[in-house]
Amino acid sequence: MTADSIAGIRAGLLAKEFSAAELARESLAAAERENPRTNAYLLFCSERALEAAERVDKKIAAGEEPGPLAGVPVAVKDVILTKGVRTSCGSLVLEHYIPPYDATVVERIEAAGGVILGKTNCDEFAMGSSNENSAFGPVRNPVAPDRVPGGSSGGSAAAVAQKTALVSLGSDTGGSIRQPASFCGVVGVTPTYGRVSRYGLVAFASSLDHIGPFARSVRDAAAVLEVMAGRDPLDSTSAEAPVPDYVSALDGEVRGMKLGVPVEYMKHATGETAALIGRSIDTLRKLGCDVRDISLPATDYAIDTYYIICTAEASSNLARYDGVRYGFRSKASGTLSDMYRNTRGEGFGTEVKRRIMLGTYVLSHGYYDAYYLKAQKVRALITRDFTKAFQSVDAIVAPVSPYPAFRIGEKIKDPMEMYLSDIYTITGSLAGIPCMSVPCGATSEGLPVGLQILCNHFHEAKMFRLADAFERSTI
Amino acid sequence: MKLTEKEVRYVAHLANLNLSDAEIEHMVHDLGSILEHMDRLAAVDTEGVEPMSQVLYETEETAALRPDVERAPLGNELALANAPAPGSGYFKVPKVIER
Repeated sequence: MTADSIAGIRAGLLAKEFSAAELARESLAAAERENPRTNAYLLFCSERALEAAERVDKKIAAGEEPGPLAGVPVAVKDVILTKGVRTSCGSLVLEHYIPPYDATVVERIEAAGGVILGKTNCDEFAMGSSNENSAFGPVRNPVAPDRVPGGSSGGSAAAVAQKTALVSLGSDTGGSIRQPASFCGVVGVTPTYGRVSRYGLVAFASSLDHIGPFARSVRDAAAVLEVMAGRDPLDSTSAEAPVPDYVSALDGEVRGMKLGVPVEYMKHATGETAALIGRSIDTLRKLGCDVRDISLPATDYAIDTYYIICTAEASSNLARYDGVRYGFRSKASGTLSDMYRNTRGEGFGTEVKRRIMLGTYVLSHGYYDAYYLKAQKVRALITRDFTKAFQSVDAIVAPVSPYPAFRIGEKIKDPMEMYLSDIYTITGSLAGIPCMSVPCGATSEGLPVGLQILCNHFHEAKMFRLADAFERSTI
Repeated sequence: MKLTEKEVRYVAHLANLNLSDAEIEHMVHDLGSILEHMDRLAAVDTEGVEPMSQVLYETEETAALRPDVERAPLGNELALANAPAPGSGYFKVPKVIER
């Protein structure tokens, strides 16, 4: 089967080389066979996948348009609700949670002919940079099984990298799509804040949460985002802005495009990562781009700003897990208050507890101004840096992570060290601008490295055009 | 250390989180070192800067509004389907009022 791209699947289906049901069965079998090696999937929804595939086959048999994602095998991060299919968020708290409705993105993917194979592993409530915080065990990087796939959308990145799903959905709050995409050698996209509805995304930090796609090519990522994007009355933060035709924006000229390289980012990048980013910048120059150094001075304060804001919002969002309406409830007896405390103490993992504690502290009386309010002001400065930069450049290019995939266990003991690994991805998240990771080579050990491209709000089409030109020049 | 054990216990109380003694000990250390790092923000000049609570972009003022139209609710049965202790159409919790 030539099922290695969305267009390839469409051609194969229309030429009757294979059916969507055959492709779904084959993809499910491959995913189940691979899973003991990587732990990328937490659950397979075979019945739902085959029903979706049969709908596509019926449409094709009837001569109807089967949709832009016809027959495409999709994996969905387990923080995105799927009606009737367990959604755990990688947490014991939601180990048995069966959502009563679908997330808007899930509805849109299936309406476009996509076939959801299963739910992917992730850090508990999307909190982590290595996928080691899942209550259901870490995910192993398909490229190097002793290493992390990145996080928090580690399972979604691994599912695409191991070629069991053609595309997948992840969520990104501070880099949780771009960093695993970079570590696993696939394309990962964080769209503009508000570009994609978050109805049905389990909330972590509401002013920072995004849903975005993983794919093997920029073209496929663009096609999936086009299906997902657009206003949703069920998410009041989703934007009214019309959705451009991202795919036809590809193949365009990038000659003369002005690109900025932030000097603050390059000074942290080490060894082979820095060399590969340098080589990528040379490639972009050869494509005719006008590359210059720019400065984003507030970058140095981004980690602190991000971890104050995201933990504050998390402490509030996760207050809902109290053992009353859904999820785990402690068996220990006691008062109502004891029930809340025991439920949360027994249910949440270490990192989630740490973030709830930190967020509660920075919002508490006497510390609110010094931490939370101060961080909101610095966030405005970080955003201002980008606004200023985009007055003189079309896009910013930078590393995704200071280093390639690290070893499982290497950073998990030191939370601050883990937080610092998000240094290049959180700035874009704080500003709410579209950003993506596109593969730009591998280290001498064969570990993938991603190039990050950042554009101004709603300029995804331009970002894809540059990424696509870069991708074609490196293949 | 930046945080005392007493402060950590107080924050855990605010967060409705039951932590073991060992967890409290770790939190004193971890939160302390993270907060020390975060204290660097005090050095940033934010005089006259408005706090940013949402991502700002050019958009219609009404972008966040939708028509107030009735929609079918989830319904009692579905709303209770995931409850750890449902009963008689309600969520059951430990008794809060002594007779």
